[in-house]
Amino acid sequence: MTEWREIKIDGTSVQIDPECTLIQACEEVGIEIPRFCYHERLSIAGNCRMCLVEIVGGPPKPAASCAMQVKDLRPNPDQSPPQILTNSEMVQKARRGVMEFLLINHPLDCPICDQGGECDLQDQAMAYGVEFSRYREPKRAVDDLNLGPLVETHMTRCISCTRCVRFATEVAGNQQMGQTGRGEDAEITSYLNQMLDSNIQANMIDLCPVGALTSKPYAFTARPWELSKTETIDVMDALGSNIRVDSKGREVRRIIPLNHDGVNEEWISDKARFAWDGLRLQRLDRPFLRGPDGRLAAVAWPEALEAAAQHLRDGPVAALAGDLAPVEAIFALGQLMDELEGRKECRLDKTALISGNRSAYVGTASIQDIDRAKQIVLVGTNPRDEAPVLNARIRSAWLKGAHIISFGAPEMNLTYACQHVSDRVDDFYQFVDENKTESDLTMVIVGQGALQGEVGHGVLGAAMALGESGLGMLVLHTAASRVGAMDLGFTCEGGLTSALEGAQTVYNLGGDEIGIPKGPFVIYQGSHGDRGAERADLVLPSAAYTEESGIFVNTEGRPQLAAKATFPPGDAKENWAIIRAISEPLGLELPYNDLDELRRSLREKHIQFQALGELPTRELQPVPRVPSKGDHRIAVVKYDHYFSNPILRASPLMAELTRQQHQKALNRSEKDAATV
Amino acid sequence: MRRRFHPEQPAGFAFTADNLEWAKQQTKKYPDGRQASAIIPILMRAQEQEGWLSRPAVETCADLLGIAHIRAFEVATFYSMFHLQPVGSVAHIQICGTTTCMICGAEELVNFCRKRIASQPGHLSKDGKFSWEEVECLGACCNAPMAQIGKDYFEDLTVTSLDKIIDEFAKGDFPEPGSQMGRFSSEPSTGLTTLIDWQSDNVTKNAAVALALEKGDTTRRIDGTK
Repeated sequence: MTEWREIKIDGTSVQIDPECTLIQACEEVGIEIPRFCYHERLSIAGNCRMCLVEIVGGPPKPAASCAMQVKDLRPNPDQSPPQILTNSEMVQKARRGVMEFLLINHPLDCPICDQGGECDLQDQAMAYGVEFSRYREPKRAVDDLNLGPLVETHMTRCISCTRCVRFATEVAGNQQMGQTGRGEDAEITSYLNQMLDSNIQANMIDLCPVGALTSKPYAFTARPWELSKTETIDVMDALGSNIRVDSKGREVRRIIPLNHDGVNEEWISDKARFAWDGLRLQRLDRPFLRGPDGRLAAVAWPEALEAAAQHLRDGPVAALAGDLAPVEAIFALGQLMDELEGRKECRLDKTALISGNRSAYVGTASIQDIDRAKQIVLVGTNPRDEAPVLNARIRSAWLKGAHIISFGAPEMNLTYACQHVSDRVDDFYQFVDENKTESDLTMVIVGQGALQGEVGHGVLGAAMALGESGLGMLVLHTAASRVGAMDLGFTCEGGLTSALEGAQTVYNLGGDEIGIPKGPFVIYQGSHGDRGAERADLVLPSAAYTEESGIFVNTEGRPQLAAKATFPPGDAKENWAIIRAISEPLGLELPYNDLDELRRSLREKHIQFQALGELPTRELQPVPRVPSKGDHRIAVVKYDHYFSNPILRASPLMAELTRQQHQKALNRSEKDAATV
Repeated sequence: MRRRFHPEQPAGFAFTADNLEWAKQQTKKYPDGRQASAIIPILMRAQEQEGWLSRPAVETCADLLGIAHIRAFEVATFYSMFHLQPVGSVAHIQICGTTTCMICGAEELVNFCRKRIASQPGHLSKDGKFSWEEVECLGACCNAPMAQIGKDYFEDLTVTSLDKIIDEFAKGDFPEPGSQMGRFSSEPSTGLTTLIDWQSDNVTKNAAVALALEKGDTTRRIDGTK
């Protein structure tokens, strides 16, 4: 730790780390410095010149506060601490000048610009600019780019802050964006107008301080002040990214990320951002019952509940918890199953997650641990597809010098260099034995692919052993509800196969990724008419993740509360309420009448839900390492990134992205064939 | 001017063996992991070999250094000294248009080039032998107006002398560079007024002109052999 230095900012003395930049020092004392190019998660460019401050006794010109460190300040001749002014006449004049230059080529099209109302340039022009323009000459115009179906461009509005270029290069690991030309001809462009090949590209929309990069699906649908904003949790992957859902009337209009250093920093994946068009299509808005003619026919709720109760009463019951179910619903369903002596199961992808051992189904490492890892071992996972934001974090560790090793699929098209060792389980065991004590900053990330089949337990045990000597192991889940369901013990001996064996009635709580064999009566409770509803004999329509308050536990075991932003469509009800309603005709009334009572009961039974948002400590319970018999392979589960759940499958935009992805893969293989 | 790749691109680009060797030597000048710094000399050598930078050339240079294509493209579009369009097969004439040359008649030279070569800078003449452009100060203000053709400076130009120079290039000759009105270097046009003792009858050409005459390579492309 270096010695802290004292500086004076606008007369306020502050002790500050000399490595800090002046803009950070000003933030420390609560003074906001206007900026365009500076962004705390990107490298420093220093090209917008908006953050100028005066250094008293320094050079007779203002200094860019984002690009100057506290340690670069010289003490005054009388040894008094250096002093900077952020609101002196020099600074104000400099800001006015910079603003005037920035506005020279910026079109005056705020009324038709999507950024209007939340535009940094607009706000700062109001706060720091002058009220007129002296510029009478023709303005510059720039051709727009086609960056794909997500990011719309209006490049004439660009002020060349290069945030998008830095984001693409540094965070997304996408080497397509750049700034060409110089001076007046400087343009932000993608190489030869290529469309961007990244699944977190849309974060550029948030980064762009002006309306040059805007959201294509959201274009011209709403103004920011018309939207009601709800802070909630994303469920498109298991990362539990913090998001804000903006809705207008009954519809979700857009989703943007919120900052959470421990989870998603301030990025979200494209599918999390644009899943909302799937929320209004293919929705189940009333109960359906399969009639004697084999067709689903709409019925009223009382009838549907009665039918459900009747079949549940009938006999061996199994309950399945799908990928998007909130903890409350799973908890209620679990209690109902306990009463009915039914079997319950949440591991629908047949992984070897161990019930009751939190250190084995979550791991002991946190997402934030990636930042300080020196070696990251990926076992049977492709983080780029399974959790794009986590992948960006691995990339940032790699940029800081971490070594990435993978066991599993050889070709993963990751955004960093990854040394593929082998896909044989035996090789992994050998690696664990040899490397066990080598580096104490090793982190192991285990994907669902590694936990498949009979060797799943063994691989998990070995991964835990490897992580034990280092930062720990993190199980990377793909389903947002999985950890929560595991926490509730929503499992049965023998997994999915034995849960379904002999069941007369299956209660399927949003499980769309599996096929239930013919035979049992299937009650499907979910939000979208997808694979699950197709197989169902009784369909109970429920709310999607933006339509009810619910707890989701993310892949590192952090329970977070999702909030209700809009209302479910038609007759659809909240998930827990449906289960509570079914319990009544069954005569097994669940002991809660509202969500608060349910949560109280949940907190009593499961201690980890007492502090929402906090990461509970996880004690390591080692799993025995079973030696493998025969030649087993570690697989990466085939994971259709843009189609991984029913909401995404209902979205036309995701269909377009999937089409493009396939096209790209096709082009690549054709190219490979041509070179061979 | 918006600088982009020319619409017509060659099928490929390859450094000559000697140039490739030279380019690899350049990368060794930089510490490990900083090889991208060699992009400017390597792009320049690619241009000197071909006369201009085509898309395959820029991509080859980027691949050589292991950097993204866009990074090399950024550099190539930033510097106007990189030609992104084909230049005259015989000579590319760069006329200085900055203050001193402008006052002394650079605009007439430019107008002459418009007539004699092509109406637009950067475009090829009808026979494909010549192209021209106006450039910023080349630092020979005492001998204004002047132009750089290939590696050499042609100074104290008039429309007549430039016309003659172009004719000679067109014939395949190498016209004599330096002052076109007989000055040794940048002394007053009416003759020396000071340091007269230093005049020598043995040396009639300044070193740059002498070297150019000796080598006769004013517009020769560099393939790395010399």
